[in-house]
Amino acid sequence: MAKVPIWDLPDVPKGELPPHLELQRTRVLCNSDAPTHTENIQYSGAYASMGVDNSVRLGQFQNNFKVEVIRVTEDDMEFDMIGIDAALANAFRRILIAELPTMAIEKVLIANNTSVIQDEVLAHRLGLIPIKVDPRLFDYMSENDVPHEKNTIVFKLHVRCERGGPRLTVKSDELIWLPNGSEFPLEAANLTSNSTSKPKTYTSFRCSQDSLPEFSENPIGLKYPDITIAKLGPGQEIELEAHAVKGMGKTHAKWSPVATAWYRMLPEVVLLQDVEGEKAEELKNKCPKPCNVFDIEDVGNGNKRAVVARPRACTLCRECIRGEGWDKYVALRRVKDHFIFTIESTGALPPEVLFTEAVKILEEKCERVITELS
Amino acid sequence: MEHGSFQDQTASTFSLADEDHTLANSVRFALNQDPRVTFCGYSIPHPSDARVNIRVQTTGDPASEVLKDACQDLMLMSQHVRSTFDQAVTDFKNAQALNSMNIKDERK
Repeated sequence: MAKVPIWDLPDVPKGELPPHLELQRTRVLCNSDAPTHTENIQYSGAYASMGVDNSVRLGQFQNNFKVEVIRVTEDDMEFDMIGIDAALANAFRRILIAELPTMAIEKVLIANNTSVIQDEVLAHRLGLIPIKVDPRLFDYMSENDVPHEKNTIVFKLHVRCERGGPRLTVKSDELIWLPNGSEFPLEAANLTSNSTSKPKTYTSFRCSQDSLPEFSENPIGLKYPDITIAKLGPGQEIELEAHAVKGMGKTHAKWSPVATAWYRMLPEVVLLQDVEGEKAEELKNKCPKPCNVFDIEDVGNGNKRAVVARPRACTLCRECIRGEGWDKYVALRRVKDHFIFTIESTGALPPEVLFTEAVKILEEKCERVITELS
Repeated sequence: MEHGSFQDQTASTFSLADEDHTLANSVRFALNQDPRVTFCGYSIPHPSDARVNIRVQTTGDPASEVLKDACQDLMLMSQHVRSTFDQAVTDFKNAQALNSMNIKDERK
């Protein structure tokens, strides 16, 4: 028998994974009944027996990681993150939703409300109105803090529906920013102090906010002027002051800077064998209209063949692999390290700034653990 | 806060206050990539406490060192993500600005 080097034997580790394992490692297989191989193999020694090192070195990560921007508008963006683990992509998503601060109305001082909408419901509605201001210019208000110009924004709302007139819809543009703070006098304090000094109010601003350089150019306002706050009948009136403070989405969703932020893994549609003639036509029609993943290609002599033209549009509805034998023709997969990330900002900050801020917060978290350990 | 023993520093549980799946799952990912780690995992003992326990067992190095390295790795990865993302956005915006100018080739 001829001598064969040990490395040429078929069952000897080659330093790379056999194709079926590589497929399981990098793709989620979306079968007609259920997706399989959904887990990420993170453990560095998972393929040690095959002589494959599954650990990710930093340099390797830096070489493989890619970002491709698809769309950026004033308040939403879509981009592809390629070559990153779901653990990190999900961390960014969670931080975007729950841990990035914004300003939102937290305290509402109601002087008069004769409308049909109850005080607490009105206050809740006010809280959810997005405020167009950079939260990085403000401080958090801690429990013992007094409201001042660095931690509070004050708005007033005073609307009245005259008797004999038509009913009135109160829109968010009726909320007027008060750069000098609250105008409501603090009764208890003013009784004791002499009447000549400036009356104490619910806030203690040292200076007007519009004299600060960051707000003199672009005054604080609301993102949308046309949000319905309440409806008033003839003779009804609302007079109130709303105090906005800095907070995070994990306390209450009104502080979340994103309408939502989500990702999906890139769909991959593979034709396992040629789909030709009538079968191609049938496949094209099986795919629902809004997705329209397949195209028909002319291969000459009046022959037609199906091609995958728009795999990105695939929603993995599995309509194409329904029915006897179709899973022999089409395979639906998801690429495990390719994330199509979408961020919809509510208007406080542009979406691209939100993402960089989110990454910074993860860095800060790591730094905190490191300092705690050393 | 670290829970371990002085005799055997290769296995410890780290209890991090004010953290959740966001950091713990990322750290677990980073730890798993380290060949010195034989076991790692995390748990949130009670959903109403903001606290996670991260368990690290190593092949010989002190667990706290390995966890520190994992955090360091994670931080460098994030920094790389941030710079790549910023670059991609700038490039995209430049390309968009160039397109919107709609420069026509006059030579034709």
